[in-house]
Amino acid sequence: MADLNELAGMLNEIKDEIKSELEKLDTSKSVFEYRKKIFDSKTGMVGSLMREMGKIPNEMKAEYGRRVNDMKSWAQTAFEQMDEKFKAQEMKLKYESEKLDVTMPAVKRKHGYLHPNTLIRNQIVDIFGSMGFDIYEGTEIETDHYNFTALNTPDDHPARDMQDTFYLSDRFLLRTQTSAGQIHVMEAKKPPIKIISPGKVFRSDDDATHSPMFSQMEGLVVDKGITLCDLKGMLDEFVKKIFGDGTGTRLRPSYFPFTEPSVEVDVSCFQCHGKGCKLCKGTGWIEVLGAGVVNKKVLEGCGIDSDEYSGFAFGIGIERIAMLKYGINNIKLLFESDLRVLEQIRE
Amino acid sequence: MLVPLSWLKDYVDIDVSVDELEEKLFSCGFEVEDKYEVGHDISKVVVGLVKECKPIPETHLHLCKVDAGEAGELQICCGADNVRAGGKYPLALIGASVYATAKDHVTVEGVMTIGQGKLRGYDSYGMLCSGVELGLTEDMYEGAGYNGLLVLPEDAIVGADVKPIVGLDDWIFDIAITANRPDCQSIFGIAREVAAVLGTKLHEPSLDFTETEVKKEGFVVNVEAPDICPRYIGHYVYDVKIEKSPAWMRRRLALIGQTPISNLVDITNYILNELGQPMHAFDYAYLEGNQINVRRASDGEKIVTLDEKELTLTSSNLVICDGVKPVALAGIMGGLNSEILDSTGEVLFEAAKFTRDNIRKSSRALGKSSDSSARFSKGVDEYTTVMAMKRALHLVEELGCGKVSSTHVDTNTGNSIEPFKLKVSVEKVNGVLGITVPTDEILRILGGLGFAPELKGDELTLMVPAYREDMESYQDVAEEVIRMYGYDHVIPSFMPTAKVTLGGYDLKQRTELKIKHALCSAGASEGIHYSFFSPASLDLLRLKEDAPERTAIRLLNPINEDLSLMRTTLAPQMIQAMQRNQKRGILEGRIYEVGNIFVPKSLPLEEYPEELQTLCIGCFGEDESFFTIKGVVETVADTLGIKFEYETSEKTFLHPYRTARIMCGDEEIGYLGQVMYEIIDELDMRVDSYIAELSLYKLEKYYDRQQVFKPLPKFQEEKRDLCFVMNKNITCAQIEKAIRDSNDHISSVELFDVYEGMQLGDKKSMAFSVVYTPGDEEFKAETIDGFVDDLLAVLKEKYDVSLRS
Repeated sequence: MADLNELAGMLNEIKDEIKSELEKLDTSKSVFEYRKKIFDSKTGMVGSLMREMGKIPNEMKAEYGRRVNDMKSWAQTAFEQMDEKFKAQEMKLKYESEKLDVTMPAVKRKHGYLHPNTLIRNQIVDIFGSMGFDIYEGTEIETDHYNFTALNTPDDHPARDMQDTFYLSDRFLLRTQTSAGQIHVMEAKKPPIKIISPGKVFRSDDDATHSPMFSQMEGLVVDKGITLCDLKGMLDEFVKKIFGDGTGTRLRPSYFPFTEPSVEVDVSCFQCHGKGCKLCKGTGWIEVLGAGVVNKKVLEGCGIDSDEYSGFAFGIGIERIAMLKYGINNIKLLFESDLRVLEQIRE
Repeated sequence: MLVPLSWLKDYVDIDVSVDELEEKLFSCGFEVEDKYEVGHDISKVVVGLVKECKPIPETHLHLCKVDAGEAGELQICCGADNVRAGGKYPLALIGASVYATAKDHVTVEGVMTIGQGKLRGYDSYGMLCSGVELGLTEDMYEGAGYNGLLVLPEDAIVGADVKPIVGLDDWIFDIAITANRPDCQSIFGIAREVAAVLGTKLHEPSLDFTETEVKKEGFVVNVEAPDICPRYIGHYVYDVKIEKSPAWMRRRLALIGQTPISNLVDITNYILNELGQPMHAFDYAYLEGNQINVRRASDGEKIVTLDEKELTLTSSNLVICDGVKPVALAGIMGGLNSEILDSTGEVLFEAAKFTRDNIRKSSRALGKSSDSSARFSKGVDEYTTVMAMKRALHLVEELGCGKVSSTHVDTNTGNSIEPFKLKVSVEKVNGVLGITVPTDEILRILGGLGFAPELKGDELTLMVPAYREDMESYQDVAEEVIRMYGYDHVIPSFMPTAKVTLGGYDLKQRTELKIKHALCSAGASEGIHYSFFSPASLDLLRLKEDAPERTAIRLLNPINEDLSLMRTTLAPQMIQAMQRNQKRGILEGRIYEVGNIFVPKSLPLEEYPEELQTLCIGCFGEDESFFTIKGVVETVADTLGIKFEYETSEKTFLHPYRTARIMCGDEEIGYLGQVMYEIIDELDMRVDSYIAELSLYKLEKYYDRQQVFKPLPKFQEEKRDLCFVMNKNITCAQIEKAIRDSNDHISSVELFDVYEGMQLGDKKSMAFSVVYTPGDEEFKAETIDGFVDDLLAVLKEKYDVSLRS
């Protein structure tokens, strides 16, 4: 290298070559390859320039270095611009090639659902659990004593005709009511008692509106000074939580051997709000549960002093609530495991 | 119970509308299940006076000019044979609604609306009606049974609505009576309640009669079973004339759906409905030995009842016998041998109390029920028994159908029919209710109910009528007060006196729910099946004769054979659920059920059987396989943080090579497998189906497993992928266990490939990823190599396994 002019000429030539070469490139990959080739420290047009340093006279070395570096950074910038341009184009093409019809169906992992009975049961347990009720689950097979006699329904009692009982032996039967659990709890535990007892119950009834097996939830409170007003207060809370805020209750006289007074509890129709509709058969009210003040004979039979303690009990039909809430029209559907039913009712 | 309003009004003044009456009854505990006007289908029918009546030539018709009062004079074509000028008949105006009859003019075929018609070219502006067309029978209205026009009384006002004249404006209430109020199983019983709730006067039915001097000498009644027949009253009636009952009585019986038979029989049916006391009348001429014996039947003894059916009795049935033979099945039905006939000239009236459980059980056991047995099953009180006999004798006189002798036998066990005293504390009554009912209200209510209350300080003394056997304590008094005072007076409160308690699901219940949620996440939906199933279910599973599942508890009175055994496995119903879905075109799905199986400790049952909580899972569809259901089973283990192991196994209802026993520790907890093709074919199932059953109760011990945090390894874990060649009968679990056992540092062993093929001949290869986790020191490369060498040596020795080259 004789002088700086010669150097300038050479660098310009390289520049021109790169310029013309760049114009021929059309992909980011070709830019990358070309750049690699140019910058190769041994063979590259630009990369090898520094190797020439040895041949440069000392007084020119500094200037040579500066100009080569300028050249390098010019080339870098040119490549980067080129690269960016191609990358942007290529990304655009890639995106275009991946265009989707977003209205096509989702890919999902199939999910299963809890049985409507379990959903209702959980809702009821949540409500009463927060009020301090324990959950007691009795057995499906009971003795005549716990299912009837201890509930003030002795052998000759006409109330036995109210429920067609499945018998397994003289002594054992399929419980006809979760009330059987009341006695077990009161025998095992002294007041204060607050329990709900969910479970399957059985009655010899099989037609369009009856299933020989269904589910009930029994509730029992025994403590000092418990009255009918407390029953009403608690049920008011319960129906608001399960059927919605505007729902009210109405008590009317009824009869269960183990409560006195006994009441049927109607809720104001949560669909028409009392105006009268198909659901409430035009009355504005829907019968949902039976309840009453625990008969003192029942308390005494369990060794609880009825002068000191009193209580109330109530029984809810789980399917009844499920059918009302979800509008299921046939109780049998709940026991057929038809997936079109099971996968339809969700929390 | 059906109650005609007109009949009820005999005993109580009713000054409110039918709607108000329904509301009042409802509020005090008597639900009116239905109420309807007797003539609810009839409208716009008035009294028509036929002014002119000319035969239409060559027809059976008459062309009439009929005065319809306000509706004017109408031309009517009439085909009845009894139409005549000057007669008054029901006239259905245009737009009227009456019953349509068939060609016989007797059979009702529906309701029709009258339009303007034309008969043989003559316009007709309405229709003159027969009794049938108004829904009347001869029993409901004298003359209504005639197949022609119904003739109205001469004093009927022309143009007036016909309904009040023929009693079609009467109302029938169908009232539900709760089991604690047998005293209300009658029209008079309801009348007592109506009088109390309306605060109006109650009128007792007439009970007076005159006995003649005539006696049936030597007649005796022996009650040999006073425990089930506490009272038996018999009265001899002679000079009996069997005839039709008077119109008023026939009408009342007809209104409640009973067919009048003859005066004497009708009296017994009338009293059953009026007072709630079943009665019976025997033709005395057919009673042998001048006596009545009330006794338990002997085993095998026979009786033919009034419905001409022969029954074979046992010693638990009570019979009424004469000196020789049974003449009635007590409280249920009379015997054919002493039936009242047209020729009957003397009768014995019976009014008795039979205990409710005896009648209930006999009625059920013999499959024979009647209005009488229904009343006795609910309970009849002796106060009413005594009253009913007086009433019957009164009616005998009133109807003039016989003479009342002075032979009256009353056998009783000494129960009082006088009011009994009940003392209660007013404070306690209010204590039950949680409100303070004003004292004068309490006195008014209890007075109205006939309790003649007297108050001294806090002590309330009631004279409870003998028919109110349900009244025992202050709680009963509280109920009487509040049902009349009104439940709307109850003010909601929230247990201000109760202790605060903790509540909610316990660990078992919570865990159970967690498992259910996990199964739902695995795509399975929860089903619930009956706790009983069919014996055929056990056959479906091809269970052997001595299989434990065959020891099942039988229902004594199942609805049918399909629901007759308490289930001992959840599998058959799950298979059937999968079948049901497939039949309905659902060809893929996952279902699970959590329910009990019932395992008797002895049969017949002597103690509570075990109720064991079990989980059953069913998966079906093209995408399912043994391993997909295994994955669902694994979610249970994952939820509980435990590990299941699987062993090759067999089940009579599963694929012989696709069945596994599920183990947890050393305990067998269930099985899984593919439902055998024979069952798939038998049930016409359309896709492969898989089933698993797990004894959840055996897993309960893991529910309170404490999670302990395992610190993360300090150093890099080492993973080695190893491919082994082995005999085909060696299982994945065997290799996996051998690998795990070879070194304590192994934290994970996972199969990632299996190959069987030509290259390997009769062998197969299985490839595993093995992860070694370091302890306190970092692994050196040679350490791991050493581990792998150890591993290979173990596998070689145990299963003749070699590394695939």
